[in-house]
Amino acid sequence: MASKKLNNIYLKDSFSLAGPIEAKGAISNFDIVMNDYYYHEKTFEQAEIKMQKVVIDNILHQNHLTEQDIELLVAGDLSNQISVSNYTASFYQIPFLGVYSACASFPESLIIASEFLEAKRKGYSLCVTSSHNLHAEKQFRFPIEYGAPKPLTTTLTATGAVSALLTKEKSKTRIESYTIGTVVDMGIKDSTNMGAVMAPASAKVITDHLKDLNRTIDYYDLILTGDLGTVGTKILKEYLKQAYRIILKNHRDAGSEIYLKSQKMYAGASGPVTLPLFLFNKILKQEKYHKILIVGTGSLHNAVYVNQKLSIPAIAHAVSLEVE
Amino acid sequence: MDKDKYQKLVKENTPKENKTNKAFKAFIGGGLLAFTGQIIISILEQSFGMTINDCYIWLCIITIFISSFLTALGFFDNYVTKWGCGLLIPTTGFAHSITSSALDAKKDGLVTGLGATFFKLAGSVLLYGIISGFFFAILGVIIYG
Repeated sequence: MASKKLNNIYLKDSFSLAGPIEAKGAISNFDIVMNDYYYHEKTFEQAEIKMQKVVIDNILHQNHLTEQDIELLVAGDLSNQISVSNYTASFYQIPFLGVYSACASFPESLIIASEFLEAKRKGYSLCVTSSHNLHAEKQFRFPIEYGAPKPLTTTLTATGAVSALLTKEKSKTRIESYTIGTVVDMGIKDSTNMGAVMAPASAKVITDHLKDLNRTIDYYDLILTGDLGTVGTKILKEYLKQAYRIILKNHRDAGSEIYLKSQKMYAGASGPVTLPLFLFNKILKQEKYHKILIVGTGSLHNAVYVNQKLSIPAIAHAVSLEVE
Repeated sequence: MDKDKYQKLVKENTPKENKTNKAFKAFIGGGLLAFTGQIIISILEQSFGMTINDCYIWLCIITIFISSFLTALGFFDNYVTKWGCGLLIPTTGFAHSITSSALDAKKDGLVTGLGATFFKLAGSVLLYGIISGFFFAILGVIIYG
């Protein structure tokens, strides 16, 4: 049983930076928008490091905190050896843990950061997540300027960075419980259909969470999955119905909703930043939902293993939020 | 649910690609490219008085230059996304694959980056092109003597 209830861990604040295409999409109230993929740096890699630095600096400034006030920084991204987070951490005097769960990195960092705070009486911890479309394209797919035609199931890596500040002081959003997911491999080998790769993992963690905490699916006002995309969402609903006999009603998918239909972005957005961008800038600002289960879904693929015709494993982690 | 059943479920829920549409676009794109090529050949032949074999060589150089130049300016990937194989199969696609790989690695060092990734995509075209050329040459000798 990998579920646990937490006593008093709160999400105090967040800061989001979004890329140019995301800013033209369904959400318009990001804290900062970057109009240039280089972000005044020399390479995309350096641009992503700068993005993470900007969200950390701003969240500290916004809350009148200094580096010394933060006891733990948990960060993750998509780059090889999570280099972006490692380089970012080198600029700060904050103890650091790097995490990689592909697009489930954000809930994983929330789990680690809140578990760390749980045993303490006070203090702050910081979760940072980022992804950069062109950086990911270069690493996982074809060269950026190649413009290879993509199938309709493709999800596009979103550009952005988000930082979230966790504390023990009471605030509006409480992290109520979490469930650590198991790695699921259903034999899908197509790296352009990540929705299909991740849907079984998300279904598994949702049912585990409900079983461990003795809840039904109706307990939650909203189940928010990370980046299944339009194709993955359909598969998840069908799979939950057939394999677990659960009918998913109060469900939204961040990846399917970040872009507008008119933008023609294939099956939607993916990338670790998709879930927090949508959660902090749309769901929590709407103040419509009170019990939210966020499910980050990550396709743990690697270009070399995909070339070797191995199937792609996937993971999902769930975190339950209570909003006043 | 076992893996086979899941594969079936995925197949049912995967949107169908519009293959006829794509093939038509590639046909039109490739056709337009060939049409422009023919115009260039006619101009070279009539205005510059070249032999037809020289014209082919010059046409090759011109299309490679134009497609690489447009890739460098950042336009050509949009055309490839739109016209698909119509632009990827001819020489334009070969030049474009080399230029785009080189652009990707331009900041990673001249030897470790640019030089090493230059033929990342075009390498397979070269290798299998040469191998098939070798066998077809043998076949040609056997058939035509």
